[in-house]
Amino acid sequence: MSAPTRIEVAEVVAARPGPDAARQVTWRRLARLRWGVGAAGVLLLIIVTTAFAPLISPYDPLAVDIRHRLSPPAWMEHGTVEHVLGTDQVGRDLLARMIYGGRVSLLVGVAAVVISATIGVLLGLGAGYFGGNTDWTIMTVINVMLTFPFVLLALAVIAVLGPSLINMIFVLGVAGWPIYARVIRAETLALREREFVLAGRALGMSHPRLVFRQILPNLVSTIVVIATLQVAQVIILESFLSFLGLGVQPPTPAWGNMLGEGRLYMLNSWWIATFPGLAIFLTTLVINLMGNALRDWLDPHLKE
Amino acid sequence: MRRYIARQLVQLVVVVFGISLLAFAILHVLGDPVLLLLPQNAGKEEFERYRHLLGLDRPMYVQYWKFVSRAVLGDFGKSWYADTPAFRLVIERMPPTIYLTLAGLVVALVIALPLGTIAALRRHTWVDSLCTVVAVAGQAAPIFWLGIMLIIVFSVRLRLLPASGYGTWQNFLMPAFCLGAALAPITMRLVRSGVIEVMNMEFIKTARAKGLAEGRVVVKHAFRNACIPVITVLGLQFGQLLGGAIITETVFAWPGVATLTVESIRNQDFPVVQCAVVLLALLIVGVNLLVDLVVGFIDPRIRAA
Repeated sequence: MSAPTRIEVAEVVAARPGPDAARQVTWRRLARLRWGVGAAGVLLLIIVTTAFAPLISPYDPLAVDIRHRLSPPAWMEHGTVEHVLGTDQVGRDLLARMIYGGRVSLLVGVAAVVISATIGVLLGLGAGYFGGNTDWTIMTVINVMLTFPFVLLALAVIAVLGPSLINMIFVLGVAGWPIYARVIRAETLALREREFVLAGRALGMSHPRLVFRQILPNLVSTIVVIATLQVAQVIILESFLSFLGLGVQPPTPAWGNMLGEGRLYMLNSWWIATFPGLAIFLTTLVINLMGNALRDWLDPHLKE
Repeated sequence: MRRYIARQLVQLVVVVFGISLLAFAILHVLGDPVLLLLPQNAGKEEFERYRHLLGLDRPMYVQYWKFVSRAVLGDFGKSWYADTPAFRLVIERMPPTIYLTLAGLVVALVIALPLGTIAALRRHTWVDSLCTVVAVAGQAAPIFWLGIMLIIVFSVRLRLLPASGYGTWQNFLMPAFCLGAALAPITMRLVRSGVIEVMNMEFIKTARAKGLAEGRVVVKHAFRNACIPVITVLGLQFGQLLGGAIITETVFAWPGVATLTVESIRNQDFPVVQCAVVLLALLIVGVNLLVDLVVGFIDPRIRAA
């Protein structure tokens, strides 16, 4: 090999990451993830809107305006500017109901994901770290749970417990853990053999310390990515249960039960079912986009 | 191969045991059948009498054993609502669900196979990006909303297709598309990554070096090999597909098991719910086993793993 020319050396020196360069790289990566950043912005907007619903909403979501029942959106014939997105069968403002309805979806999505992530991560760590019979037992439970379609399990449990917000969070939280457990187990299996864990073991660290202080921190990005994507799944399931009348009960507005009620009027009043569905679609879309971007950013090897 | 089958069968037994346990636990541990069966104002003695009558005061394992030994014979008890065995009610509704699931699978493959292959061959071009955008959007659209939008457009506005019902091919179009559209995105991604992986293999270079036409290389050599992971994952996704079918059925009033299950939940008809859950789960387990065996047969590498 010939000695490096001056230009090559200059390039190497220039490429050495200084603080500025590091910042530039971060920015360049962020720019590549502009879809994810944009999606995060939209999501933030949705969260803020629902969080400050009483301040933003034009009407009380339960206020009945019987003179304007089934009134179409403002831009259509017979629409009024008083109700921008129209009203439902008893004249409740759709926009107001949608703003409030988002609270249910986001609350259930986040709460259920926290529950299932906690269970799933603990069991996944246990299975991967201890191996042997623990692993076999947990994997078998995972296989059984994954055999059941999530929807079917949720339906069966709701059938017994009865429909309510708390029961729905419980069902979705408890039914959703296997996906975390499976991924975390696989990652733990790999990490367990790494030098830093072996070193920790040689130093006489206890099992909990090895698992929670040495292994778990390495899995945070994986967990964040799965949890983000799962929020979208849970929101869809929550709306489906509410759509069937097995979730949040009317008159409390939720995107799902609005869609379910709107179905009865779709012959003449398409907007009642369309807009809540659009809200679910948009929310899950931005969460998915953000989740995918997070995955590319935090954890490239998780890419399918 | 024999050891592979044996291992799969052992796993099958364990999973079936788990399913029976879960189905039993949902009704008997989470809930109390007597509480659901009797009116709320029934007296305490009434509850005790029924509890004894139904054998619910016996130890759990005795009750479980009774449940399982009957279920094995297809006896899930009589429906509390209609005076018919739950098993018969569910079995009667099984064919529509299976047809819908298969139709959805076909639609998903028809969408995903060509798009996934094209996206893989034209990687990092606008075609690929477009496919990704469609896939991401498709994954976010709730099936039940998509179904209602289809009904509003094609049934209410254009009056082209029936909004619900069962029996003619027109009845199949919207539900099958709805279900297929839900499964297509993930299938497309699988096909794409499968084709990309295979296109980098040595035997593709060999095929090209032999002077085969590119179309032949793609179809005969790349595509076939890319299919193996797709079959495996689709088999494992069968549960999800059936889950999607459950949702689709409720939108189009499809006379399948899912509509029956939802009706039964509303009527608090637990024998039927329990029976439906168990039979659907067994169907999924059966399909998964079949897929495992087929794939193990096609691809010796999987057998060894």
